[in-house]
Amino acid sequence: MTEPVPTGDRRALEEKRAAQDLVPERTVDALGLYCPVPIIRTAETIKGMGAGEVLEVLSDDRVVLIDMPAWCLSMRHEYLGFREDGPGWRLYVRKR
Amino acid sequence: MVKTTTEPETIETAADAAVADETAPAPPKAVGLMSGGLDSTLAARLLKDQGVDVVGLYFNTGFCTYDHRRAIGRKNEDPRRLRNHALQAGAAAQVEIRVIDVADEYLEMVKNPKHGYGNAANPCIDCRIFMLGKAREIADQEGAEIIFTGEVLGQRPMSQHMDSLKLIERETELKGRLLRPLSARRLSATVAEREGRVDREQLLDIKGRSRREQEDLADTMGIDEYPQPSGGCCFLADRNFGERFHDLLTEEKTWGRRVGRDEIMMLKVGRHFRLSPLVKAIVGRDEGENHFLERFRADRWRLAAVSDVGPVTLVTGSPDDGQIMTAASLTARYGDGRDRETVEVKAERFGAADPGIPEVPAETRMLTASPAVAAEDLARLRVGI
Repeated sequence: MTEPVPTGDRRALEEKRAAQDLVPERTVDALGLYCPVPIIRTAETIKGMGAGEVLEVLSDDRVVLIDMPAWCLSMRHEYLGFREDGPGWRLYVRKR
Repeated sequence: MVKTTTEPETIETAADAAVADETAPAPPKAVGLMSGGLDSTLAARLLKDQGVDVVGLYFNTGFCTYDHRRAIGRKNEDPRRLRNHALQAGAAAQVEIRVIDVADEYLEMVKNPKHGYGNAANPCIDCRIFMLGKAREIADQEGAEIIFTGEVLGQRPMSQHMDSLKLIERETELKGRLLRPLSARRLSATVAEREGRVDREQLLDIKGRSRREQEDLADTMGIDEYPQPSGGCCFLADRNFGERFHDLLTEEKTWGRRVGRDEIMMLKVGRHFRLSPLVKAIVGRDEGENHFLERFRADRWRLAAVSDVGPVTLVTGSPDDGQIMTAASLTARYGDGRDRETVEVKAERFGAADPGIPEVPAETRMLTASPAVAAEDLARLRVGI
């Protein structure tokens, strides 16, 4: 039987801070958009990227800090964490 | 010659094992509707656990109450309570979740559902047909033979009794492909079950409204977080929203003015007052709703009291001077200046967005409004509660 990802692991991922030296290949500006739209934009953009490339997502919807790591887990992309940026956040995803 | 097979270092699922064994057939593929509710999550897991390659679809319809609460952005609300449940289910079960925006097309269906509405503005049967139609398009593109849902026979009054389930199968032309794992053993076998690609014996025979079997299965599977199915997740099923929706739709059906997505969004907030067949005033009820309404001020009149804490009011359509004054009185009536004889209200007309939210009004009026609106007038003008 498939074992689910433990809740504790998911929560740890939600609190992950991104490394300072991350350089993304592409950026999605999702400022002013509410979940799930930032996720939709992320999914559309990451389709056109190569495996191992890093996508940066700008968002000011605080729920994205919970939804993005969940989406990454379901899609098996690597969630690299977030940084605060003014009233919003920069999130980082590495395409599998 | 001896044929060797390559085994991966870890085998997580029966699907992985099948891929590792080069002589085994590819696992069957299933695409399904996943709202994040427990039933659809269990349905996905039942298939995944027997080696089916599962993809979940979450459709953004524009009528989700959770999405709206996020957009309102009340500062004191715990963001964990606003998370997208489908994404959480996908994370827990390691099922790929695709989030698909269908709001424009979905709205056209809701305006004119072939099978009618329930008690509010809920076209549950047409909604099912719409979503399964979309799922079928994706399944056909990706070579998935199975489309699954978390439907349980006899659970929901409108769309889940046997006649409805059969109607939905016929209209979506999915007979033989549409699999409901939670009630599969009470329904005709799909082609995948008959031909042994899905083991029917591992599927369930749940019927009725009790949640006990699902909750027990969730415990067994280690699914520990899921929303309670108390309803309230779709605006269309809310009677107050439904009343406003049908009222708004008369602008299109009777008067020929097309209703768009913006106006649907505004149905979710505020107090609504119909001032004429094509003019409405929407009065915000708190800071979150005021902030939300500001996003829609392009091409509309915006009113707010000058010196009192109170609502932002938007007026839709092309109001005349009398209707603008009525809107000003309503603005005064619901603000902190309601007990005074008069309240100063600023009315601004904004032009089109270019893009984004316009900052500078095209016209400004300062109005002296009376907050004393008679109760019978309020009742006459009010749409919904």
